[in-house]
Amino acid sequence: MNPFKYEKAASLSGAITAVQRPGGVYLGGGTNLIDLWKYGITHPDKMVDLNGLNELKSITELPDGGVRLGALVSNNTTAYHPLILERYPLLSRTILAGATAQIRNSATNGGNLLQRTRCYYFYDPDSPCNKRNPGSGCPAINGHNRLHAILGHSDSCIATFPSDMCVALAALEARVRVSGPDGERTIEFTDFHRLPGDKPELDNNLGQHELITAIDLPANGFADNYSYLKLRDRNSYAFALVSVATGLSIQDGLIREARIALGGVAHIPWRLTAAEAELRGKEPTEANFATAADIILAGASGFEHNSFKIELARRAIIRNGMMALDPASQRPGAQPSL
Amino acid sequence: MKKQNSIGQPYRRIEGALKVTGRAKYAAEYQVEDLLYGYVVNSKITKGRIESIDESATRAVDGVVEVFHHDNRSSLPRFDLLYSDMDAPPGSPFRPLYDNKIQFAGQPVAFVVAETFEAARYAASLLTVHYAEEEFDVDLKANMDKARDPSKGLATFIKPLPPGPRGDFEKAYAAADERFEGKFHHGSQHHNPMEMFATTTVYEGDGKLTIYDKTQGTSNSQIYVSNLFGLSMSDVRVIAPFVGGGFGSGLRPQYQLVFSVMAALELKRNVRVSMDRRQMFTFGHRPETFQHTRFGATKDGTLTAINHEAFAETSNFEDYNEVVVNHANMLYPADNVTLDYKLIPLDRFTPMDMRAPGGSTGMLAIETTMDQLADQLDLDPLEFRLRNYAERDVSSDKPFSSKELKECYRQGAERFGWNERQPTAKKVRRGNRLVGHGMSSGIWDVIALPGKATATFTAEGKLIVESAVTDNGQGTYTVMTQIAADQLGLPLESVSFKYGDSKHPLSPIQGGSYTTGVIGSAVKAACLKLKDKLFHLAQIMDGYPLGDALPEDTIFTDGAIILKKDPSVRIPLTDIIAFNRGEAVSVSKSNVPNLLKIKQYTRAAHAATFVEVEVDEQLGVINVTRAVTAVAAGKIMNPKTARSQILGGMVWGISMALREETLLDNNLGKYVNTDLGEYHIPVHADVHQLDVIFVPEEDRIINELGAKGIGEIGVISMAPAIVNAVYNATGKLVKVFPIKLGDLL
Amino acid sequence: MIKGISEAGVHEVNLVVNDEHRQLHLPPWVTLLDALRNHLGLTGTKKGCDHGQCGACTVICDDERILSCLTLATMKDGSNITTIEGIGSEDELHPLQSAFIEHDAFQCGYCTPGQICSGVAMLAAGRGDTREEIQDLMSGNLCRCGANTNIIDAIIAVKNQSK
Repeated sequence: MNPFKYEKAASLSGAITAVQRPGGVYLGGGTNLIDLWKYGITHPDKMVDLNGLNELKSITELPDGGVRLGALVSNNTTAYHPLILERYPLLSRTILAGATAQIRNSATNGGNLLQRTRCYYFYDPDSPCNKRNPGSGCPAINGHNRLHAILGHSDSCIATFPSDMCVALAALEARVRVSGPDGERTIEFTDFHRLPGDKPELDNNLGQHELITAIDLPANGFADNYSYLKLRDRNSYAFALVSVATGLSIQDGLIREARIALGGVAHIPWRLTAAEAELRGKEPTEANFATAADIILAGASGFEHNSFKIELARRAIIRNGMMALDPASQRPGAQPSL
Repeated sequence: MKKQNSIGQPYRRIEGALKVTGRAKYAAEYQVEDLLYGYVVNSKITKGRIESIDESATRAVDGVVEVFHHDNRSSLPRFDLLYSDMDAPPGSPFRPLYDNKIQFAGQPVAFVVAETFEAARYAASLLTVHYAEEEFDVDLKANMDKARDPSKGLATFIKPLPPGPRGDFEKAYAAADERFEGKFHHGSQHHNPMEMFATTTVYEGDGKLTIYDKTQGTSNSQIYVSNLFGLSMSDVRVIAPFVGGGFGSGLRPQYQLVFSVMAALELKRNVRVSMDRRQMFTFGHRPETFQHTRFGATKDGTLTAINHEAFAETSNFEDYNEVVVNHANMLYPADNVTLDYKLIPLDRFTPMDMRAPGGSTGMLAIETTMDQLADQLDLDPLEFRLRNYAERDVSSDKPFSSKELKECYRQGAERFGWNERQPTAKKVRRGNRLVGHGMSSGIWDVIALPGKATATFTAEGKLIVESAVTDNGQGTYTVMTQIAADQLGLPLESVSFKYGDSKHPLSPIQGGSYTTGVIGSAVKAACLKLKDKLFHLAQIMDGYPLGDALPEDTIFTDGAIILKKDPSVRIPLTDIIAFNRGEAVSVSKSNVPNLLKIKQYTRAAHAATFVEVEVDEQLGVINVTRAVTAVAAGKIMNPKTARSQILGGMVWGISMALREETLLDNNLGKYVNTDLGEYHIPVHADVHQLDVIFVPEEDRIINELGAKGIGEIGVISMAPAIVNAVYNATGKLVKVFPIKLGDLL
Repeated sequence: MIKGISEAGVHEVNLVVNDEHRQLHLPPWVTLLDALRNHLGLTGTKKGCDHGQCGACTVICDDERILSCLTLATMKDGSNITTIEGIGSEDELHPLQSAFIEHDAFQCGYCTPGQICSGVAMLAAGRGDTREEIQDLMSGNLCRCGANTNIIDAIIAVKNQSK
């Protein structure tokens, strides 16, 4: 809740220049940053407002058949965009299962990737937390850990990444375009977020002062057979305990290609290509989805309050596979159907 | 001559337009000149003491006016009595900033006053408090050996401790054909009204204060502030016409009130102190409670043995108590009964009444136990309850003042379609979802207290009725207006109910479902007295228009007194005022319940709830798809606002059964999910078809109006009905609440 | 860290609030919510949590409902803001305001302005085809009194009127 300077960026390069000072941060929708600032979890010295950068505010078709999502386009605009509804309905459903209409109107696509964890202890500046205050300890391991990871956690952090949208982006193999002081580069979605390891303070592999300019979606949007299932402590306005994004390409009754990504279970959107490979050429049945689920969850381990998520994730993967066969059955808020 | 009655009519809320246009003002919204903002600093430790406070960084912030803490605060009294409030349980009330002792996590230790809200908040974050930490005990389960009886006081008079044993429970339980034993638990819950606690104190000069406070009792805040700061009551005016929800949290003055007043007096400025949402978790709450039931019945479904024990948290400085275990035997006349209610003092803040306190806790265990026994007996749960229907309260050996619970069962079951219920689990499916039906009884004790009101008839033909009572959304404003209007035979537009201001006649705090009974009876009494006075004036008017008519020979209607036998004799009330040389006629009246009479009866509102749930068989997701609650609560003053009260209660029931719990970290000694993102109350997507039935019930005992109150009764039967429906759907009984995703895997 | 509040500076913020041009000079750390409540006296917009978790602060900004508590006032320089005070007046209620009164869609009234702003923006955007969708799209507005079913009923009544 400290005072900070504010500057409205007039150009991308201007933004990158303006942010280069200690405590300089980019401001997109603000829905997470302003919250963290109010709690005294981040102490920005200067906020560089990107909202004037019109070049980051469009959704356009790419020559390779894909679609580019501008980083400053709001989550809701993206979810309701005709191109997305038609070709990437999985992404649309996934976005609409996150947060609330009000937040989605402000929250940006770029910002969605940069959300911080919702771990209770991270959010309380008076508690120890290795992510917020490296070396101070992790009270979640022996405390309340219902929201926490069952995959890829470390001795120093068991936090989860809270985004829904990113679960679909992981499944769709999106690529993240970034700009920074050293120029532009593209990061594969699977390489964007990182596991906590012994540096839980780092959520992702974005370089200092780099900013996301766009997210590129490949041509295949799995628009015929897809589903997002979000399991949480209430039917809306809650973070996922377990979520699953599934996209299937089916030909002659057999799975040609499958994508399965999980949310709410790890420090990153969790995707295991080996499990997807296992489904290739198989029939889309509960038994086959169960096999894939077992592969994905083989290394899972839980804590006092979240071990149930291992079995829940398994069942969610199976159900969501079946839901993907009948996208029309799906209900608002990515609630279970069938 | 027929009199128009507004009582019983579904009037829209009088203040509706103000609320839907944003013009209704709440405590933090009064625009006052030169306002200072206070921000509270809370303890980072759970137990210990403050060793020192470094204010330098805080004071260096532009706009900071003052920092208050135990070392530099203005003088405060030492005596417990002066900190007592209308809802204070026995013990030593918390004294904000009194000394360096820390007794619970989040205890307010200082507050910063600045010229802007942002500067106050920032400067508060810079205050460095050095603590000496001590070991704490916050874990209820680990401290069960400390369980003891609650201390007695005024609170145990209003919320009685359990009656003594009847018969021989152990023997009867051992001899029972069917027995069920259950151990239940729910964690702490916090009220979380949508409006956060706030106080705007206007310094009027000469030590006079006008205080806009978020409270459920303007008189309560007024007395508390006067005692704490040694002010005359007449110099302290507390105003709260609009209160953004209370649910019990406003029954005791909260610390922002103390700080706002302290700073205003010290700085001789206008000061606003608002809590933030995290601070809303630093005071009273529904206590975490363990319960143990053992019920026994004969083969034919007669309940013979009841044992119900509860173990609840309290603080180390006060003994909060609530009525948890008293209801089983009030509802079901078993002859062998042992009840026990124990407290375990911990290093947490004192619990506090929270919507349907005690009753919602106890009935969750009682009604779940009843369903399990019914299941074992192969009896329909409703049939089991009917076989054990109490026509008389055997627990106190008294008749009921009225009791239409049987009719609640009948009408509720019929509306719901209870006869379609399948007795065994997993019989009804919708896709992957199991469908289950469950029901529960509900009971809430009627509390009687004295109340006071004034009534004035003006030259303009208006009736003005006054009470300091608040309206937190229950509909009090509208209902009191209706009561007054009917007494004088006036349209609602001619009546002005003035409330939410301590300058009006003293009112008890607004809780316990008793406001309509207590203040409504006082309003009625005041209006009766006013009628009497107007009648006597009319008698002596020029020409003696009423002749030798007695009051009962006349009727007040359409703004006039009319002679029953000759309606052409009509004396407009404004003529009476004119005769009174244009002076308004005013009366004041206290209504004191006839304890000798009412104490001969058990007085309670009753309800029956029927619920349908869908449970996803693989994923364990539970939805309450529809529910019906039938309520017998005496006279329903306004079916529109009353229905909303019951609907609200039902949503609270959904929340108790399936959503809300404050998570306590025993290692850190504090609650961790202290925000509305992780403290889950139901969202719109959680609330489906809810239906309310009011069963007619006449009660001539409880109060002048025959109104039992409806603030709590809607909550009580909802949660157990949900738990029973989940059992009916899945065959799984969950006894740790709320039932969470994952519990049914 | 910057040295003091003054170093953060003051920004001119021009807003059109309820069809009226308002100019403010604010330090950047003032949220749109606090600007409305503390600087413009528009207290109809409520502070229920100040952290984006309740929806009480919902306002309509350039035709979209947003949370004013998670928005800096300076970010909205040049924007068009509609608060509850601009939705309708006591003499001329918006149909949804009337429906809220008729359906008794509130008790304490504190979440009400946010619910109404949210509902008005949702209806204007043409969203919410089914009751279930409306429940989901309105879930960003909490109601602790439990008026949920009445709120959804009121919205559906207005939606049906305009058909």
